[in-house]
Parts: sequence; C-alpha cells; structure tokens
Amino acid sequence: MTEGARARMNAEPGQGGDPVGTSRPGAGSIVFEARGLTKTYRMGEVRIEALRGVDLTLYEGELVVMLGASGSGKSTLLNIMGGLDTATSGTVCYRGQDLTRASQAALTAFRRDHVGFVFQFYNLIASLTARENVEIVTDISPHPMPAERALELVGLADRMDHFPSQMSGGEQQRVAIARAIAKQPAVLLCDEPTGALDSRTGIRVLEALEQINRELRTTVAIITHNAMIGEMADRVVRLRDGLVESVMDNAHRRTASEMSW
Amino acid sequence: MRALDRKLLRDIATLKGQAAAIAMVIASGVMTLIISVTTYDALRLTQQRFYQDMHFAEVFAELKRAPESLVERLRETPGLNLVETRIRAPVRLEVPGFDDPVRGLLLSLPDGRQPALNRFHLREGDLPESGRSDQVVVSDAFAEAHGLRAGDALSVIIDGRLSRVRISGIVLSPEFVYQIAPTDLLPDYRRYAILWMNRRALARAYGMDGAFNSIVASLQAGASEAGVIDGLERALSPYGLVIAHGRDDLHSHRFLSDELQQLRAQAVILPGIFMLVSAFLLNIVMTRIIRTQREQIAVLKAFGYGNGTLAAHFGLLTGLIVLTGWLLGVVLGAWAASGLMTLYAEYFRFPEIRFRLQAWVMLLALGVAGAAALIGTGRAVWQAVAVPPAEAMRPAVPARFRRGWLERKLFGRLLDQPTRIIVRNLARQPLKSGLSVLGIAMSAGLLMMGTYQLDAVDHMIDTQYRLVNRMDVQLSFGNPVPTRVAGELRHLPGVTAVETHRSVPVRLIAGHRRYATAILGLDESPGLRQLLDARQRPQRLPPEGLLLTDYLARDLGLAVGDRVEVEVLEGPRRRVSIPLAGVVDEPIGVSAYMTRTALNRVMREGPAVNGAWLLIDQDQSQALFDSLWALPGVSSIGLISDAERGIREYMGDTVQMFALVFVLLAGSIAFAVVYNTARITFAERARDLATLEVLGHSRLAVSWILIGEIVILTLLAIPLGWAIGAGFCWAINHAFSMDLFRIPLLITPRAFAVAAGGVVVASSIASLMMARRLGRLDKVSVLKAVE
Ligand SMILES: Nc1ncnc2c1ncn2[C@@H]1O[C@H](COP(=O)(O)OP(=O)(O)O)[C@@H](O)[C@H]1O
Ligand SMILES: [Mg+2]
Repeated sequence: MTEGARARMNAEPGQGGDPVGTSRPGAGSIVFEARGLTKTYRMGEVRIEALRGVDLTLYEGELVVMLGASGSGKSTLLNIMGGLDTATSGTVCYRGQDLTRASQAALTAFRRDHVGFVFQFYNLIASLTARENVEIVTDISPHPMPAERALELVGLADRMDHFPSQMSGGEQQRVAIARAIAKQPAVLLCDEPTGALDSRTGIRVLEALEQINRELRTTVAIITHNAMIGEMADRVVRLRDGLVESVMDNAHRRTASEMSW
Repeated sequence: MRALDRKLLRDIATLKGQAAAIAMVIASGVMTLIISVTTYDALRLTQQRFYQDMHFAEVFAELKRAPESLVERLRETPGLNLVETRIRAPVRLEVPGFDDPVRGLLLSLPDGRQPALNRFHLREGDLPESGRSDQVVVSDAFAEAHGLRAGDALSVIIDGRLSRVRISGIVLSPEFVYQIAPTDLLPDYRRYAILWMNRRALARAYGMDGAFNSIVASLQAGASEAGVIDGLERALSPYGLVIAHGRDDLHSHRFLSDELQQLRAQAVILPGIFMLVSAFLLNIVMTRIIRTQREQIAVLKAFGYGNGTLAAHFGLLTGLIVLTGWLLGVVLGAWAASGLMTLYAEYFRFPEIRFRLQAWVMLLALGVAGAAALIGTGRAVWQAVAVPPAEAMRPAVPARFRRGWLERKLFGRLLDQPTRIIVRNLARQPLKSGLSVLGIAMSAGLLMMGTYQLDAVDHMIDTQYRLVNRMDVQLSFGNPVPTRVAGELRHLPGVTAVETHRSVPVRLIAGHRRYATAILGLDESPGLRQLLDARQRPQRLPPEGLLLTDYLARDLGLAVGDRVEVEVLEGPRRRVSIPLAGVVDEPIGVSAYMTRTALNRVMREGPAVNGAWLLIDQDQSQALFDSLWALPGVSSIGLISDAERGIREYMGDTVQMFALVFVLLAGSIAFAVVYNTARITFAERARDLATLEVLGHSRLAVSWILIGEIVILTLLAIPLGWAIGAGFCWAINHAFSMDLFRIPLLITPRAFAVAAGGVVVASSIASLMMARRLGRLDKVSVLKAVE
C-alpha cells in the first residue's frame, strides 16, 4: 500500500463507494485493512452469518468507535482483526501482512508483539495481583514498559499489589487496560470495555484509553453499543447484520470527561 | 520469577485440597509398587546372598545307610562338584520348663568345623568343639522361641536313648530358612527344632559308625541337575535310597520360592490396578481443573502465549502434583515395606534381611506415575491448549452450556425444585457425570478387592479347618504298624474318636512333569479328614484309583481317567501306574489320596497304617499327651488347633497385612475421589447456588442441591463399583494360586459392604465439608465475579 493509496474505508459494496476508500488527510499510515470479510458459524444444522462482507481500514494513531446492536458482528470483526479468530473468506492485512493466511504460530507472534486486548469482563487472572496481571504480558513482549508505569498511566499506582477480588469493576477494567498497553502495542482492541461498568466508572476507563491514544499514539478500536461513546472517536463505524452500515468522521472529538450517559 | 510461574504456585495453593487428594491417589499407587517390588526384591536378594555365602547345596539325597567308602564313587558322578555325606536323625527333645513334646531333626556336622556345603551363619556362640559329643548347635528360631542361649542344657532322645547336651551355638542354615516339620505347612518353632552335633558323636548314638544316610552336593557349572540326580539314584539305590532331589523339592526352598512367586505376581498386578485407577482419576480431575481455567487460557493466548508455553505450564502443574505424590509414595512405601519385611523375617530366617530401596524401583515408580499422569492429563492439557483464543472475548458461562433435551424439558418450570435441578445438572453433562460415577466406582472396587483378600484368606482357613481337617490331634508313627493300633488308641484317656491312615512319600510323574508329595491312604469315607468335591461336599474314595488336589491335577496337566506314574519313595524303589479317579477341592496344600487298602496293595504289604487322627476331650489332653509319648513308635504328635493358629498368624502377617495396607490406601483413594468430585461440583455450582440463596431459597434447600448431586453420584457408583471390584478380585485370585494355598474366589457380603460403606462415608465427609464451604461462601462476591 503506497502513501498515495492511503484511504479510509467509507463504503460497502451496495453503496457504490470506492472500495479502497478516499484518502484521509492528516491520518497516519494504514494499520488494518479488511476486504470482503465474511464469517459463518456453524452450529449443527444452523449457519449463522456473523459477517457478510466487511471492508474496513484503520489508520495509525486514530481512535475508532464501532457501534452496533447486539449480535451485529462487532466482536467477530474485532476478533478476526486481532488474530484471535480466522475469517471464513476475505482478507485482513496488518501493515501489509496477510493475517488470513498466517499460521497459528504467526498469529500468536502477531498478538504477542503488536496487539493489546481489553475484554468486557476484564478477564484478569484471579490468582495474580494487578502488577502480576500486567507482568504476565510484559514477560513475553519484546519492548514492554514497566508494569508499574502502565498501572500509573491508568491511575492505579496505589493498587499494584491488590488482587482482582479486592478491586472494583472499574479498577479491574483499568488493570486490564494497563495489561493491554504495557507491551506498547501498535493497536489496542477493546470489546465493550465499559459494558460492565456504571457511567462514572466507564468514563474513567474511557479517559484512560483516550490518554493512551493521545500519549502513546496507539491505534485504538473500541466496540460499544453505547452511541454516546462515539463522540470521543476520530471516526465512528456502524455495523448492522454483519455489514458496515456507515462510517462517520468526527470533526470534533469530545473528551471522555465531557461525556455522560 | 515470571508471572506465569507465580500463577502456577498460587493455583496449586488454591487447589491445595484437590492437589493433595490427587497426590494421595498417586502416592497410593506408588506405595503399592514400592511395597511389592521392594519386598520381593529384598527377599530375593537376601535369599541369593545367603545361599551364595553359605554355599547352599543344589542336590540332596536321603537313604537308609551306605558305607562312607561309597563317597569316592559318588564323586565320580558326572556333573557333580562337591559332595558331602552326613547323618540325619529324627529326635525328640525335652526343653526345660516346656511340657509339650518337641520334635527335632538332628544332623551331623564335620568334627568341630563348618561343612563345605550348607555352612552355618553363627548367630551366637561357637560350633561344637572338636571331639565333643555333648555339644549341639541349634536353629535360631527354636532358640528364640524358647529363649535358649549358648550354654543352656537340653535333653535329646536319639533312637530311644536320652542324652544330655549343651548348646554351644545358635545358627542359621540355608537349608532351613523356612523351618517346618516334614508333615507341617507352617513353622512351629516351639515344637520343632533343627540341631547339629559332631559327626562321630551322632554316628555312635544313631548306630551309623562309618556310614551315612544323607548327602548334599553341588553341581559343576552348566551341569544338568536331573542328570546328576539320576546318577546319584543309580549309585545309591542299592543302599535304600529314599529320594534324591534338587532344591525345588526341599521344603524350605519350595516355600520361599512360592512366597517369592506370589510377591512377584503381586508386584505386577496390584500396582497395575492402583496405577490404572490413579491415571483415570488424574484424568477426570485434571480435565476439570483445567476446564475451570478455560478463560484464563484464552486470555493468555490472546496476549500471545504460545501453545508450547501453556502446555508446559499445565504440564508443570500436573508434574508438581505427581512429583509430590511420588515422593510421598516412596517415603511411605519404603516405611511400610520395611515393616512388612520385619514380619517376613519371622517366617524366613535369614541372618539379616537386606532391605534396600533401589534407585531403579523408585525410578520405575516415577516412570509409572509419570506415564499414568501423561495418560491421565495429556488429553486435558491438550484440550487446554486447544482453547480458541477468541473465547476470551466471549462471556464465559454461556459458552460452557450444552443444552440437552432433558434440560429443555425441565428448564424454568422446575427451577424451584431442588431435586429437579440436581437431575438437570447431572443429565446436562452425561459424560461428565458418568466419569464421576466411574471414578467413585473404581475406588469402591479397590476397597472391595482389599476386603476380599482379607476375607477370602479367613474363608480359606475356615474351609481347611472346619471341613477338611476335622481332627484335634494328628499322630504319626516312625514305621508302619498293624491296623489294630486304632483300638489301642481308642482306649487312651480322653480319646473320643480314632481314624488311622497310611501315608507314603511318592513322586508323581506325568509326562515330563514331576511332583514330590505323599499319598494318603484313608478309609473309604473318612470323617476326620474329609475330601471335598467342587461344591465343598465330602466325597467318598473310589475303591481303586487316585484322587489329587485339583490344583495339582491341573498343574500336572492331568484329567480324570489319565494314568499317573507313581514313584514310591519308601522301601524298595518302584514305579506303578495308577488312574486318576477324581479331584479334591482343598484350599491349602496339595496331596494325593486313595483308599488305605489300595495303598497297602501298592506297597505290597498287609493292613498297615503309619498315622492316626484323634478327636479328644480337651479337659484330658495333658493326660493323653503323656500316654501318647509313652507309646512306642510315635514319632510326632500335632495339635490341629496349633496348626490352625499358626497358619492364621502367617496369613495375618503376610497376605492379610498387605491386604490391610491396600484397604487403607483404597479408603484414602475413595475419599480423594469423592472429595475431588464434590469440590469440582461445588466450583461449578457455586454461582447458581449463591443466586438461589440470594433469591430467598433456604440454606437447606440450596445445600441439598449440592449434596444431593454427590449423593446421587455415589449411589450410582456403588453397583458399578461392585462389578469393577469383582473384576479386580478375579485378577488377584489368579495371581495368588500356588502350592501352599489357593485363595478362593469368594466375595463375602462384608466386601460388598465395605466397598459401599467406604464411598458412602467418604461422600458424607466430603458433603459436610462442602456444606460448610457453602456456608462460608461470600454470595455477593461470587455473583459479582462474572457479569
Ligand atoms: N462462537 C460462536 N458460535 C456461534 N455463533 C456465534 C459465535 N460467536 C458469535 N456468534 C454469533 O454471531 C453473531 C455475531 O456475534 P458477535 O460478533 O458476538 O456480535 P456483537 O459482538 O456485535 O454482539 C451473533 O448472532 C452470534 O450469535
Ligand atoms: Mg460482542
């Protein structure tokens, strides 16, 4: 992909838009590029088409919010981009590397070196303290920041030695974010990071993500079904029934602290 | 330390109850292996060393009398290495302070020296001084039983003449490691002694000057034992040869070999069964522990942990548990084995038992435990590694759900009915429930196997002493006497019934198989010594033909109607051919039977007997014994109650002691299994249960959901456990058939009860522990933990 071809995804086939997308001035180079992505789950007799041909491009340093009703395929898309799952057809490239054709070992290495995940249910390891939950990632990544620094970044400097069971939901989710950013990933993929949190705590978590995006220039993708959160994004991608319904640029990103729901 | 390693340690700490239970299961398997193999190895090694150090003879012969000059000719027997002649005399003894009659075997030793073959291990004192005729050395078991020391006095009656002797030393001999009187099955150290005195002195007392009646010999390397025996037989037959035989026909050696054979069978089969069960339980438990970590595994994979690292992580988790179990098993096993060896030392008299815990045995145990772990957890670890990383993104609980028809039918409608919830929980995962049932059943089976061994041994002894041997006293005469002796015995004080018999030592030959035993000639329908048929009913002797213990008939490959070659080992050597008329079912010992009149015909003699069985009035036993010893020709008097006590003690100290250890191990396994099952059930249900309690269900109802599930699993496991246990018993039964005894395949109600009771007790304790845990459970945090 050349500099000139820098493009943002803005259309799906049926809408007649440019499949490669128009250029997006001011944005960084392309990080992810998905083309014609489909995913079909088979459960016995039933086939569920979770993705039905998705085209999407993510750029370096941007913060993208993906909106969509429950079951619209958001998690499926994120999982495939993050190398957690494989597509049924279509391609996803990460900085030109075709993930759809990569081996399991290559996907493992890709996740280890480049991607940070934040899950809706935090998925902290209960037997490890906050610091150790971060270290479990820094132990294996090539250029990690100290676990302590990651926890400071999310405002948990004083909670390092607490176990997950000794922390609130919001604190746990911030540990999860610290864990995701500690390896200094190129991209941060967050699946409903505020889904299990009340609004105030949710906003604290979003502030942490915003700060990472701003200070470390990490590309951040946030999945949510809460439209409000879209206001803090550079772009908002809407999914519906396994297709990209629309992509919308935000002229003015609002900060997380300005929001409430 | 890496965070992943810290997680490993914390996981083990959290799982400590379960980890300890699994380690216990492995330790039990390792223990059985260490005990069995080490005991076998120690006994075998001790035997080998003792035989070697003492130059144990390989060929033996007994005869009436031959001149010492014959020894030059014997030396020319091809294949023979060393040969020594000696004198062997049956004697009676009087031990100061001991009233019962004591029999003994007095052997000659070279004048004041160690013999070249069958040397002595001197435990105390010295060999008789050269030229002394009033000194003897005695066997250590006999000395120990009477508290005799070097310097103590004894009276020995040789050929009817009493001589007073002093004990110069206490010795052990490789020829009498297992020291029993010729007609006995078990040692009676108080009433049977082995003694040695200088050759010259014994020759003079026994009328054997310049002659011998026994030889021991060793073979040249590579020489054929049978060839040498044949050569000796030819050379000795003009001198009243009784028998020439190898080590296999020597009582002591035969019993020792039997014991070793039994231990070896046990060393294979018992650890095999225990390890099988361990592997299976490990599988169930590790699979579930790993399943509870699915989300964690998915998270780790999402962050880029590779399959190898994760497999190693869970492998290490298992490995640490296995290693702990192994270590525990080795330590406890070595301790138990050394305890059992001390018991064995009572029966097999060695200078010392060379107990050692060999590295290879420990490594073998580690290998077997490791293999069991690998088989047991390989699949679980593989499943863990195969968890798709996308799982981390999904909410965990629904992913685990599998909907069965039963659940769909019952869901919702019956949610408020705890028992239905239990059934639904179980039916939703039939495979998992089935494995739990199988696991508990296997531990019940182990319990049943151990109890079976304990009970079957008792049953066997009961059969032998209630149905087979019904006499009180067993008499034997040195030489055949007319049958009218029965009438004389009948008139002795306290005698209420008399049956006489003729006993002849023989060698049975069928094809190339030979077996030295005795033919008992009995009344047609003996009342005091019954011959049982396969259904344990007394059978009559046919007028012609031979009956054999069924085990012996099988061993010789004989079927009813086949002809058996019988070599008579008393008087002139002859061979006759007698048809096998039937078999006798008896659990202890092996023998051959025919009517006394038929046996008299075989012996070409008139009506003659050389033994009698008596029923007596116990109140008059002392008077009876006094008059019996006064009778000329009585060579031995045996009390059947002593024999029975002896065999019960022996079995209690050996087979049953092993069985008891195994019952205890099986019990701990049963607890470990049930506890683990309960613990896992608890972990899987905790959230549901907390929810129900929060929704207002009573603590009792909620506890019942948990406990009821364990109860149902246990109840289902009991009948299956009985079936599995019967299989284990069958396997054990086959491993434990030998000349000395055959344990019957008879599973007592008690064995069924112990199997069922064991798991019921285990599950009660586990249930109580889980109920307490449920009481302590912080409902709020459980509900908060997910969603
Ligand atoms: N592992 C799976 N097996 C079967 N169906 C799945 C699986 N994961 C997701 N689906 C289905 O795919 C569709 C999209 O799911 P998902 O991507 O999780 O949606 P969202 O995250 O937008 O709620 C849904 O209909 C869901 O039921
Ligand atoms: Mg989702």
